[in-house]
Amino acid sequence: MNDGAMTVNDPAASELGPIVLEAKSLFKDYRLGRGPRSTVLSAVRDVSLQLRRSAVVALVGESGSGKSTVAKLLAAQERPTSGEVLLDGEPVHNSRRRGFRAYKSEVQMVFQDPFASLNPTHRVRYPLERAVRLHRPELGRKAVADELIRLMNEVRLGPAQDLLARYPHQLSGGQRQRVSIARALAVKPRVLLADEPVSMLDVSIRLEVLDVIDQLRQRFELAVLYITHDIASARYFAGETLVMYAGEIVERGPSEDLSQRPAHPYTQLLLAAAPDPDHLGAPLDARLARGARGAGSAPTNTVGCRFSPRCPFADDHCRAESPPLRAIGEHRAAACWRLDLAAPDLVQRQREERSVALPQ
Amino acid sequence: MSTPEQTAVGTAPVTEEAAATALPVLEIRDFSISFATESGNVKAVRNVDLSLAPGEIVGLAGESGSGKSTLALGACRLLRPPAVITGGSVVYRGRRVAPGGVEILELTPHELRALRWREIAIVFQSAMNALNPVLRVEAQLGDVIDAHLDLRREEKRERLDSLLDMVGIPRARLRSYPHELSGGMRQRIMIAMALATNPEVVIMDEPTTALDVVVQREILAEVAELQKELKFAVLFITHDLSLLLEIADRIAMLYGGQMVETGTAEQIHHGTAHPYTRGLLNSFPSVRGPRRQLAGIPGSPPDPRDMPPGCPFGPRCRFARPECSTVDMQLLPAEVDEPQHLTACPFVKVGETEPAPAAATASHGEVL
Repeated sequence: MNDGAMTVNDPAASELGPIVLEAKSLFKDYRLGRGPRSTVLSAVRDVSLQLRRSAVVALVGESGSGKSTVAKLLAAQERPTSGEVLLDGEPVHNSRRRGFRAYKSEVQMVFQDPFASLNPTHRVRYPLERAVRLHRPELGRKAVADELIRLMNEVRLGPAQDLLARYPHQLSGGQRQRVSIARALAVKPRVLLADEPVSMLDVSIRLEVLDVIDQLRQRFELAVLYITHDIASARYFAGETLVMYAGEIVERGPSEDLSQRPAHPYTQLLLAAAPDPDHLGAPLDARLARGARGAGSAPTNTVGCRFSPRCPFADDHCRAESPPLRAIGEHRAAACWRLDLAAPDLVQRQREERSVALPQ
Repeated sequence: MSTPEQTAVGTAPVTEEAAATALPVLEIRDFSISFATESGNVKAVRNVDLSLAPGEIVGLAGESGSGKSTLALGACRLLRPPAVITGGSVVYRGRRVAPGGVEILELTPHELRALRWREIAIVFQSAMNALNPVLRVEAQLGDVIDAHLDLRREEKRERLDSLLDMVGIPRARLRSYPHELSGGMRQRIMIAMALATNPEVVIMDEPTTALDVVVQREILAEVAELQKELKFAVLFITHDLSLLLEIADRIAMLYGGQMVETGTAEQIHHGTAHPYTRGLLNSFPSVRGPRRQLAGIPGSPPDPRDMPPGCPFGPRCRFARPECSTVDMQLLPAEVDEPQHLTACPFVKVGETEPAPAAATASHGEVL
């Protein structure tokens, strides 16, 4: 179903690194309740994405959109209901513990809350040392000690010896998050899944933490998945942005183009809602504002486009049939039947590109 | 209006003229709060002046640990030991209290109870935690009304219905438990609760921080609408300066427990004076307009237990010079003909460009 989407990135593939981690049509259902009255929540529906070497892909969506579930599926913490995760093109089998550990040494996560993700009863040294020892048993004691210092320096935490001996509560939020990043790096992974890595941090230190991740991406050629609710930071931090709504990817494309010329009505709503001091008091687009009314309540429709109850452009077709992710132009795709209404200029641009490519 | 509470608050008879519009409805002066710890007093708020005119939205911005919530809670005397108010005054001048106002710091517990919620209400940060999970919305909203207003049963019923209408939640939701509501709805219930008694001042402590952007936008629009209609003054506390620039009339920037800059939203945005404010404005990416070079602020916010001498922002400041460690933190006019715009930095002028980064800070602040 997502063939259109799969080809979206291919034209640019020559300039991009090889695909390291790939999700193919992932589905994840959770059963709510038990017995005959139980219902099924489909948290993730048909999500495909590719993480390439040395590139950042942003996954943007509101809470409950399924973006963290995607991260858990990619990290093999959850099994998909269907679909598969491929590492270097090989399906991931983590049924055996050894296989799981091998996978973990390639794919690491950084979590949102650095207060919760570090054990308060252990000094900073402990989680780092443990990760190094487990995943690189060949290292001797001296080598491990050197490695810890190196890790602390990588994430710009100093003085290293002093901070290694502290407890998490003695560090600031930004320092703690950098310890989490160092822990993830300790196993020399090739993929970093960062689930809202800066949303709990103060505004003034977010940039620096993102900058640390970005420097590490360059130095170690990490493939990074950056999960966020902040589409503005995705614009700055990620080459490609995927927008999720109610478990589905509704739009994808190069971050800059997507944020400046959003196609899907939901992306438009997200962008319109972002605070923008340069447009003081700019009211939310009246059509989109109507859509905002339904915000916060999980979509209940099971047929048709999941955004249709909030969408100002929805018609009977939208309510009856779920739109597939279809290519718009070379690098972009959106899951919307009414792009002619939602993004007429993009549709026009695509027509022009086509007429150049295929002179009739 | 004359319920027993109101007469208890004021000492002189209530007159309409009390609402002299020129005077601030809430005036905080030279206010200081300390936390008593084993290793001595930690100053969380230092000599802050802040006033709120009737019907005005004032934004209080700062990072975690800057003292913004401590300041607001302290002004309502809602802090418990080890927090101690060490100096200053907080005067409330509402239409329903004596002319000249009341000094909140001198009220007896009984008078304070009458003032709280009835006159100054608070929307707390996390609606999830602020609502009782085992009571229906109806009971919780009703409690506020019972405690602070003297209404008969039918009147209370009507009040509950009108409150829900006001914040755009179906009346049937009164029978819901908090977990049955979405985050946005819960936050709206909190706002309804704050407005239940028609207060003149509403303190909003990060009311939208935990919400999604779309819901956040919707709630802000609703607050602005209600505020226009009911004309209460708002003290809006947040770490999100971009949000404040949109909704606030005036903004006060707090750093390390001290006010570093204050002015109208326009002045803060286009004539930013203090290096900290500049740093913050340059810290968040914007979705619109050309991609700017983002710099962020190197280092971390100061530890209140270990404040640097002089200007608390000195160690992170790109404009820093040796005098910063001895400077007296005083608010000075930032621009010649704009008396409302004050900055605590005596060195950096409005419009002054940033110095070339010194070698020591070169490792920080690369562009993403």
